Amino acid sequence: MTEDHAIEFKTALAIRNLNFFYGKFQGLKDVNLDIAERRVTAFIGPSGCGKSTLLRTLNRMYSLYPGQRAEGEINFYGQNILDSKQDLNLLRARIGMVFQKPTPFPMSIYENIAFGVRLYENLTKGEMDARVEWALTKTALWGEVKDKLNQSGLALSGGQQQRLCIARSVAVKPSVILLDEPTSALDPISTAKVEELVHELKADYTVAIVTHNMQQAARVSDFTAYMYLGEMVEFGKTDEIFIKPKKQETEDYITGRFG
Amino acid sequence: MNEKLYRRRVRTNWIGLTLSMAAMAIGLFVLLWILFVLFKNGLSALDWNMFTKSTPAPGSEGGGLANAIVGSLMIVGLATFLSTPIGILAGVYLAEYGDRSKIAQVTRFVTDIMLSAPSIVLGLFVYALIVAQTKQFSGWAGTVALSLIAVPVVLRTTENMLRLVPGSLREAAFALGAPQWKVTIMVTLRAARSGVVTGVLLAVARISGETAPLLFTALNNQFFSTDMGKPMANLPVVIFQFAMSPYDNWVRLAWGGALLITLTVLLLNIVARVYFRDKSSRR
Repeated sequence: MTEDHAIEFKTALAIRNLNFFYGKFQGLKDVNLDIAERRVTAFIGPSGCGKSTLLRTLNRMYSLYPGQRAEGEINFYGQNILDSKQDLNLLRARIGMVFQKPTPFPMSIYENIAFGVRLYENLTKGEMDARVEWALTKTALWGEVKDKLNQSGLALSGGQQQRLCIARSVAVKPSVILLDEPTSALDPISTAKVEELVHELKADYTVAIVTHNMQQAARVSDFTAYMYLGEMVEFGKTDEIFIKPKKQETEDYITGRFG
Repeated sequence: MNEKLYRRRVRTNWIGLTLSMAAMAIGLFVLLWILFVLFKNGLSALDWNMFTKSTPAPGSEGGGLANAIVGSLMIVGLATFLSTPIGILAGVYLAEYGDRSKIAQVTRFVTDIMLSAPSIVLGLFVYALIVAQTKQFSGWAGTVALSLIAVPVVLRTTENMLRLVPGSLREAAFALGAPQWKVTIMVTLRAARSGVVTGVLLAVARISGETAPLLFTALNNQFFSTDMGKPMANLPVVIFQFAMSPYDNWVRLAWGGALLITLTVLLLNIVARVYFRDKSSRR
């Protein structure tokens, strides 16, 4: 699925010497990584290796919890988002996130999408209708829900809920979308739909995805980072990581001899 | 498989089940007994006069509970109106903002004491604070006393219900760039809405039967009055005074009032439950 890498790409997020702490426990150790613009970057590794932690530093989600802190630098188009002066709400409007379990808000399907858009944009009713349709079309959900936009988002199936959550992120037009194991609670058909969606999203967005499923990483990503015990073991083009990894540890994990 | 172990488990299960069924039967029996006695003695007083006529003077015939019903509605209504916002705001603070801060811990501790404080103590407190100062029993004093009982109930339910909202839902709202106050109002409180409403209804049910705090504060009034600055008739105190009186029509009215309160509380509980079930089944 990976396309021609000879095409030049820009860096959206440059992670430099990133250390992360949960209180005294160090969750990430000196991580360095470039996340390419309009490409899909996958983080793989066994449970507890720090891949979700890494993702949650990219939109400063960890800042919600006292006791969690990051050191180092994450350069996002020229600004260090780890800077204490960084406006977190603005950052999160530009770097969206979708979670492991679908989290529709307790409101209608329409309002689920409109909620995020209203935070930073003042649209007329007509513009908002158009935006909602656009986001739902982009996530291939429009056909399924266009007649029940006023129904609760909670009434949808799990797979539809997750696509609604992706639509919600897309609707605010961020530049980066972070996906934290977005298919681990879904059945295979819904998973396939979400994977297809990820593939479409990279035309307009930079995507970082955490996954437990190595086939998924191989299918959807352009770049893959293999992490273990908080360290970045190997990072490179997905083809190379899966076909001829440079390190023995990576090969052991990918071939299933470990993890 | 161990046959003997299995048979012992079957036996233990049978004993446990029997004991719990017996406990349930006793509880249900007492409840039905209370309802039966209330209906037997109170149903005859439950007529149109009860709602239209005021409490009768000693020795006079007939009469009703109109002044007590209106007084109770006003005192309980105002107490709910006062305590709901305070309780919900404080509950939101504890669950969403304060969390483990010193001030939140102190608030929680004080709330626990308030929850378990005998209501007569709260009545006495309001008596000393308001009635003794103004030298006047009043509906307002009764309202304050009942609010003191309702606030911790609303506060605790609100906090507990907000804590049941999964953290992932909050994170999802934050992830869109929403500021905390919007996350709390638009998402978290909304997700916990039915639980919070249930808490308010339960608080209303709790204060509508309280007698001790009103004895010291609203006292009673033989006449129909909607002046909150004056002593005010209310159902619990009327029941307390009439039930022990030598007049037959007073005793009858006391039973009628008791039945009325019980039915109201029962109705509130059923409404709370139905509301809660409706909301949760839609998920």
